[in-house]
Amino acid sequence: MTNSEKNRLKDKAFQVFGVFCTFIGLIVLAVFLFDIAIEGFSRIDWDFLTSLPSRRASRAGILTAWVGTLWILVLTAIIAFPLGVSAGIYLEEYSKKNRWTNFLEINISNLAGVPSIIYGLLGLEIFVRQMRLGGSLLAGALTLSLLILPIIIVTTREAIKAVPRSIRDGSFALGASKWQTVWNQVLPASFGGILTGIILSLSRAVGEAAPLIVIGALAYVPFTPDSPLDEFTVLPIQIFNWTSRPQAEFLTNAAGAIIVLLAITFLLNGIAVYLRNRQQRKVKW
Amino acid sequence: MLNLRLNYSKINAALLLGGTLLFSACGGSTNEGANSDLSGNIQIDGSSTVYPITEAVAEEFRAEAPDVRVTVGVSGTGGGMKKFSRGEIDIVDASRTMNESEKQLAAENNITFVELPVAYDGLTVVVHPENDWVNDITVAELKKIWEPAAQGTITRWNQIRPEWPDQEIHLYGAGVESGTYDYFTEAIVGESHASRGDYTASEDDNVLVQGVSTDPYALGFFGYAYYDENQDKLKAVPVNDENDSNGQGAIMPSLETVKDGSYAPLSRPLYIYVNSKAASRPEVVEFVNFYLDNAPELSEEVGYIPMPAEVYQEQKQKFEQFSSGASATAQQQ
Repeated sequence: MTNSEKNRLKDKAFQVFGVFCTFIGLIVLAVFLFDIAIEGFSRIDWDFLTSLPSRRASRAGILTAWVGTLWILVLTAIIAFPLGVSAGIYLEEYSKKNRWTNFLEINISNLAGVPSIIYGLLGLEIFVRQMRLGGSLLAGALTLSLLILPIIIVTTREAIKAVPRSIRDGSFALGASKWQTVWNQVLPASFGGILTGIILSLSRAVGEAAPLIVIGALAYVPFTPDSPLDEFTVLPIQIFNWTSRPQAEFLTNAAGAIIVLLAITFLLNGIAVYLRNRQQRKVKW
Repeated sequence: MLNLRLNYSKINAALLLGGTLLFSACGGSTNEGANSDLSGNIQIDGSSTVYPITEAVAEEFRAEAPDVRVTVGVSGTGGGMKKFSRGEIDIVDASRTMNESEKQLAAENNITFVELPVAYDGLTVVVHPENDWVNDITVAELKKIWEPAAQGTITRWNQIRPEWPDQEIHLYGAGVESGTYDYFTEAIVGESHASRGDYTASEDDNVLVQGVSTDPYALGFFGYAYYDENQDKLKAVPVNDENDSNGQGAIMPSLETVKDGSYAPLSRPLYIYVNSKAASRPEVVEFVNFYLDNAPELSEEVGYIPMPAEVYQEQKQKFEQFSSGASATAQQQ
């Protein structure tokens, strides 16, 4: 076997290995989706989406849970978006490279690795007790905002970094101030990447149950919230509650609720992909 | 609590069962629709074990008083007690009684309360259905298996009874954070929160069902409802407390044996605690009375075991005294 034949074989082997690795993840996902779909798809109908929780599995619905999840989603986005993006812009465009900035950066990366239940405990003390928000939607959204802030900051910085130096130089050459450059050139050019980061981090927040249980989100709420100060429940808590019940019919309900939660997550990811593609078509360097 | 339970003989229970039916029939007709003018919020939190009963009661109460907003959380008995002792919630669901430090915290915050048992749960000892050697077990044997000293030393079935096989024993039980664990250790080991640590622990009883039903050398314990729903996959073991005054020999957990107290010591009461400030509000009084009236039927529907009717009567009286006292103090202030 010649050297080049050997190399071609290695090349082929790595390709097969790569395909195998890619499919492991996909197969696990497919098995999971298939299993859940078989179990829960028949359970999803209009009544399931519009009914209140009940002790009878067949009458129980997820109205308050999915409405609560949407509320949390929107509030978290409103709170986390300006904070995370501003912090990202500051760190990337304004801050000087010194020990203080280094210290900030390391800590933001560390925050991204803190278990979510710790954020719950923090939220309980600060938002629920000190700020007296109680187990409200606002307290929940603030807690989840803390949870996803590190991810938003990191992705914002990456997106801003990807904007070529020449764009900034061109803007400065025309006499634009730093702020004008950031606002008119850098942000529009990196917006697709920033948005993707925010939406992906929101998808993570949507699936959280632990920190919300800690801050006092409920399991049985017979009304949909009218304001950010109302009490609430979310889909992951409802799912968690149903999977721990002894009656098998509740497991079917849980599967149905999981499908709805997955649909919300896929929808979010879809929006992220769409926005990124649209943005990429607009930006021409 | 145990002493109180043992007073009821089977005959007594049977007589009173008739009474319950009569009573709940009356209760239903007099209360219906009469309280639709009540309003307000009732905040409940606590044990996930008690949650299904409270959820069922809250669901039915909506028909009774549609304008009262009842919410129920599941932050666990410990988490719920903490909130209750700070006065953050009106009622706490508990799968054990309030402990000393929680009582102290409540006293510091000037919280007075009443404790009301609402149903029983029979902790069931289970093995794999193919296990043909265990047909009964004594409390002393369970203690030998589960006490802290057993860790690493009691590892084979024949160490418990010589005629049992020389095979490893695999243990499954409630996680240490749960009220179930506290009750089991108290009843079996004699000291709350003390047991060996080398067993498969889970807060989710379905995980334990899964474990025991797939492991021929398993022994586990969990709530009766989880055994009841999975009878085809599990074998329950009758428990002998070696005290013949409450039923002779080894007793199988069932609706009857838990209710009449012969399934001892593993039938445990489940509670709600009501804050006195809350008990001065008419909607809370109505809710708690509704709870005690409907607990027999609803607790059985969600998989628990109702107490004898007389106990519910006593609890209603106890609560009436408590709430009238509570509203008197509320008016003075």
